[in-house]
Amino acid sequence: MAWTQAAYRYDGSFSGFLCCVFDSYVYKESPAAFLTAEDARLSLWPEREVSADREHALRVYRSLSALGQEGRRIVVHGFLTCLEERELLLWRYLRLGYAQGRRFTGNLTHPLVSKLDQAVYRAEHEAHMYKGFVRFSEQEGLLLAEIEPKNRVLPLLRVHFCQRYPQERFAIYDRTHREALFHQGGQWAIVPLEDFRLAAPGQTEREYRRLWRRFYDTIAIEGRYNPKCRMTNMPKRYWSSMTEFQTDPAQPERKELCP
Amino acid sequence: MELLEKLTILADAAKYDAACTSSGLDRSGRPGGRGLGSAMFSGCCHTFSADGRCVTLLKVLQTNRCVCDCQYCVNRRSNDTPRAAFAPRELAELTIGFYRRNYIEGLFLSSAVWGTPDRTAELMIETLRLLREEYNFWGYIHAKAIPGADPLLTRRLGLLADRLSVNIELPSEASLNRLAPDKGKQAILSPMAQIRDSIRESRQEMAVYRHAPRFAPAGQSTQMIIGATPESDRHIMLLSQGLYDKYKLKRVFYSAYMPVSASSLLPAPAQFKPPLLREHRLYQADWLLRYYHFRAEELLDEAHPDLNPLVDPKCSWALSHMEFFPLDVCRAEREELLRVPGIGPKSAARILAARRCGALDFEGLKRLGVVLKRAQYFITCRGKMLPGLRTSPEGVLRHLVAQERPMLVQGTPEQLSLFEQTG
Repeated sequence: MAWTQAAYRYDGSFSGFLCCVFDSYVYKESPAAFLTAEDARLSLWPEREVSADREHALRVYRSLSALGQEGRRIVVHGFLTCLEERELLLWRYLRLGYAQGRRFTGNLTHPLVSKLDQAVYRAEHEAHMYKGFVRFSEQEGLLLAEIEPKNRVLPLLRVHFCQRYPQERFAIYDRTHREALFHQGGQWAIVPLEDFRLAAPGQTEREYRRLWRRFYDTIAIEGRYNPKCRMTNMPKRYWSSMTEFQTDPAQPERKELCP
Repeated sequence: MELLEKLTILADAAKYDAACTSSGLDRSGRPGGRGLGSAMFSGCCHTFSADGRCVTLLKVLQTNRCVCDCQYCVNRRSNDTPRAAFAPRELAELTIGFYRRNYIEGLFLSSAVWGTPDRTAELMIETLRLLREEYNFWGYIHAKAIPGADPLLTRRLGLLADRLSVNIELPSEASLNRLAPDKGKQAILSPMAQIRDSIRESRQEMAVYRHAPRFAPAGQSTQMIIGATPESDRHIMLLSQGLYDKYKLKRVFYSAYMPVSASSLLPAPAQFKPPLLREHRLYQADWLLRYYHFRAEELLDEAHPDLNPLVDPKCSWALSHMEFFPLDVCRAEREELLRVPGIGPKSAARILAARRCGALDFEGLKRLGVVLKRAQYFITCRGKMLPGLRTSPEGVLRHLVAQERPMLVQGTPEQLSLFEQTG
């Protein structure tokens, strides 16, 4: 018998999504849409409110091993992508994956698999780019940075930056998704944050920025000037938060080669 | 002298060095959560300069005061240019300041020969020692070994740095004697051999004793200048192949000669255009040696000593070996797939994974993300070529050349947006 359709409303977290998967199997329902609390959409389907349950989420999480390492990565990282209707696609992916086992994840010509695979690739790629492009400013011993990614990259960046700066207190704010990663003394947290503004930089900070801009301008070889190549490697959407593309109003001495 | 000025002089003097990668080593920070820094195997670009090159390390010279008079070098002693030197602590502090702000992945430290090679090497060692021991810096360090320095100093440098490099500078001994009279072939090759042996020893020691000191764990690399001297591409590729085979190098970098000198031994700066396209083709051929199981002799022979500027080296090879094609993607082995123009290690891996689940067709290949632009002329799916594709040997060449053309900016020197210098 075909599963009945329903719209699922949940809290928007990954464990919430896992609970949805749990409930869909309990009630034999096939979700037609996933809605979050702030989502004002009305649905034509009967709506089911899914409450977060740690036990349910853990059980579904453990079941991901049926999809193999690769499948687990697609599901976990797939949830962080900016793919439209990602929950729905992931739910279908899981359903097919449970039915066919880990072989399914290698079937890259399957439209669903290839779609998710590409979305995950883009999210991981964006995270890799940000590993290099994040710029911290020091303020009273704290390192602060802002980014504006398309995908929710903070969970993907966390391990990298926590390992790199084990003794630093730092924060990275994701402007798009309004959340921030905080780290201090080996402890970390990713929390929603409505507003985040950097104070004016101090003397040392401004000096380092100036040195960095000078280095950046100096290292380019004029005879090989190739702005298109730079743009291919580093699309302009990253530039807004990078020190080398900002100018200090107090030190407008920069010339050439910069936009 | 102010720090800003020093940085300007010493970064400017270092910028012609092509190598700026931070790859080849995974290190997840210092155990116990002390210290600062880590390294990623894939490397990480922190920005791209206006010439499109990846900037990952703080690339500076310890000093640009030099006793050598190499004709192709901006820092030759006969050149009238401002000189400066970093004090070790000053440079270490700058590195830490940049690293904490995530501007850089680490330090690339090179130097001109100030006084004697030994004295220069000692200065560099002091900088690295401060970074590693006092500042607890665990990020990536690439150091240049100074030709002519005492082997013990080179060893010390290798224990502090992650990657070492000795520049081979020019592709032949004759050119070297002519343009760099202060450096002999032996002065370059002997540290290279020493580094190779130390790396091998260190690997063996680590197998026995986990905490054995690691010598240049990310290997060694070198670079040579292209276009300043008359060597053919075949000569250069054979040399690179020899370096990979005999000296176990991780990378050979090619640097198109930029006219920095009016010496009569070099091409005159007025009409000289840096051979950027040639450099690009050499990098492509170099990739074929390292990742595609090609040998230099296959790519170039006595009759064709230079790479074809119109198409990439793999296309060029494929066009002169049409008997090898078409390959069936459903049956071909990995090594065979890698010979198809347009299919690289990633596409090959995806093809292998996907065909375990079912037969492949061209639609499926596209969904895999395999770019068919070049590959379509050389492959079949279940015995069939791409429907509607008309081919004759000349036609294929014409199409391949036409595809490359938009990337070659009109006229010379051609600039390409294809540099894959990640990490």
